[in-house]
Amino acid sequence: MLKLSGVHSYYGNIEALKGIDLEIKEREIVTLIGSNGAGKTTTLKTIVGLLKPKTGQISFNGKDITNVPTPMITKMGICLSPEGRQIFPRMTVRENLEMGAYTRSDKAEIKESYERIYDLFPILLSRNNQQAGTLSGGEQQMLAIGRALMGKPKLLLLDEPSLGLAPMLVETIFELVKEINKQGTTILLVEQNARMALMIADRGYVLETGKIVLCDDAKKLLESDEVRKAYLGE
Amino acid sequence: MFFQQLINGLTLGSTYALTAVGYTMVFGILELVNFSHGAVYMFGAFVVLMLMTALKLNFMLAFVIGVIITGLLGITIDKICLFPLRKKKAPKVASLISTIGVSIFIQNLVMLVWGSETKNFPLVLNLGSINIGSLKISYLQIIIMMIAVVLMAALTIIIRKTKIGKAMRATAQNMEAAKLMGVNVNFVISFTFFLGASLAAVAGVLVGMYYQSVDPMMGFMAGLKAFAAAVLGGIGVLPGAILGGLIIGVSEILAAGYIHAGFRDAIAFGILIAVLIIRPTGLLGKKVQKKV
Repeated sequence: MLKLSGVHSYYGNIEALKGIDLEIKEREIVTLIGSNGAGKTTTLKTIVGLLKPKTGQISFNGKDITNVPTPMITKMGICLSPEGRQIFPRMTVRENLEMGAYTRSDKAEIKESYERIYDLFPILLSRNNQQAGTLSGGEQQMLAIGRALMGKPKLLLLDEPSLGLAPMLVETIFELVKEINKQGTTILLVEQNARMALMIADRGYVLETGKIVLCDDAKKLLESDEVRKAYLGE
Repeated sequence: MFFQQLINGLTLGSTYALTAVGYTMVFGILELVNFSHGAVYMFGAFVVLMLMTALKLNFMLAFVIGVIITGLLGITIDKICLFPLRKKKAPKVASLISTIGVSIFIQNLVMLVWGSETKNFPLVLNLGSINIGSLKISYLQIIIMMIAVVLMAALTIIIRKTKIGKAMRATAQNMEAAKLMGVNVNFVISFTFFLGASLAAVAGVLVGMYYQSVDPMMGFMAGLKAFAAAVLGGIGVLPGAILGGLIIGVSEILAAGYIHAGFRDAIAFGILIAVLIIRPTGLLGKKVQKKV
C-alpha cells in the first residue's frame, strides 16, 4: 500500500533520514520504534509531504507521491495525527472534527464518520461545543486521532499517541488503535512505548539515527535480544 | 454637544474598524504586521475616484470595481513581496520591512500617476441630515455606519460559519495542522489579503466621501491608527479590531472637541499605551495555554 525506497530527508544541512526503506501492506498495523531523534517523526512528516525528501521515492497504492503537496496527500487518503496533537485550540471539538473532513464532500458519509468517532470516543460528544484548548491532554489526543479519522484515511499515521498520558489512558488509546484497525484502516504507529506498540502491531521497524536497523514480525522483535536490551529496558 | 461628538466619533471609528480587521486577519495568519495596509486604503480611495472621474463610471459601479481591484492588489502584494520570503523561511522582520517598502512604493506610484495634490472627492450622496434638537446626524454618517455594520456582520459570518472561514481560523491557529487537514494554505492567505485589502478600500472611499477629499498621504495616519486599534482590541481577534476602531475613533473626536484639536492623534496612541500597560494582550486578546 505504502512504499518508501531509499528516502533521504534533510533539516537544512543535517541528514535526518539516511535511506529509509519501508513497506506497509493493506490492513496491517506497522510500528516504527526507536529512541529520541532517531527520525521517527521525520519519517512521518516526509510521508505526508511536510518535508520533501532529497532523494528516494514514496509511492502510495502504486502512485508516486514523493513530490505531491500535503493537502493532496490528505485527499488521497493518508492522514496524520501529529506529535503533540496540534489540535486547533480556539475552535470547538466539533469544528476540529469538521476540519478533519475538510477535503470531503459526501455529506451522508461524513455523518457516518461523526457517528463512528463519537462511538469510539464518547467523551468527544460530551465536549462537542467546548473549545479544544480547554480539553485535558488525553481528550486532546483522542480529538487528534478522531480528527485524523474524519479524513476517512486508507492509511492512518499516528505519531506518539501515548505521549504524556496516564498509564490507564495509554492502554485505552492502544485498545482504540486496535479497534480502528479492525474496522479496516491500515495503521503506521510511531511510538516510544515500544512494548505496547509491538504488542498490538503485526510488524515492526526499528529506527536508529536515520536508518532502519531491524525489521521483522512484531512478535519476533518483542523476543529479540537486541530490541529487549535497547528498547524494552530488559 | 456630547452626543454630536459621539456620532462623529463612531462614524470615524467605523472606518478605522474596517481597516483594522485587515491588520488583525493578516497578523492572525502570518504573525506579520502588514504596514502596506494604510497605503492600500489610500489606493482604494484613489482608484474609485479615478474610475468616477476619468472613466465617468457611476459611483456604485466605480465603488464595486475599485474595491475588487484593491482586493487584487492585496493578493499581489503578498504574492510578489511576501510569499517569496516565506518560501525561503526569511526572518519575520524581513517581511515587515518589505511591507514598509511596498507602502512607500504605492504612495509614490499614486503621486506619480495622479499627482501629489489633494483631490476633491465629489459629493455622491447629498442626502442632507436629520436634526434632533441640536443634534445633527447626516445621512452620510448613517450610511457609513450602516455599511461598516453590514460588512462586519458579513465578515463575522464568513469567518465563523463558512468552510473558507474555518480554514482561515485553522490556518491562523496551526498552519501545519491545517495543511494536514487538506487546506490549501496559500489560497487561504490570498483570500485573507483580498478580504483585508477590499475592506480597507471601502474604508478609504467612505473617508473620502466623508471629508470630500483624498490625498496620497491619507493612508499614513489612518493606517497607523487602524493598527493601533487592532492592537488595542487584541491583535488577531476580530471583534477586538472592531471595538478598538470604535474606541480610537470616539476618543480622538472627543479629545479634539473637549481638550484641543492638536491632541487628536496623541490621544489615540495615549490610550493604546495605557491599555497595553494594564492588559498587554489588548482588550479582548487572550493567551491560550498550551497543554503538554
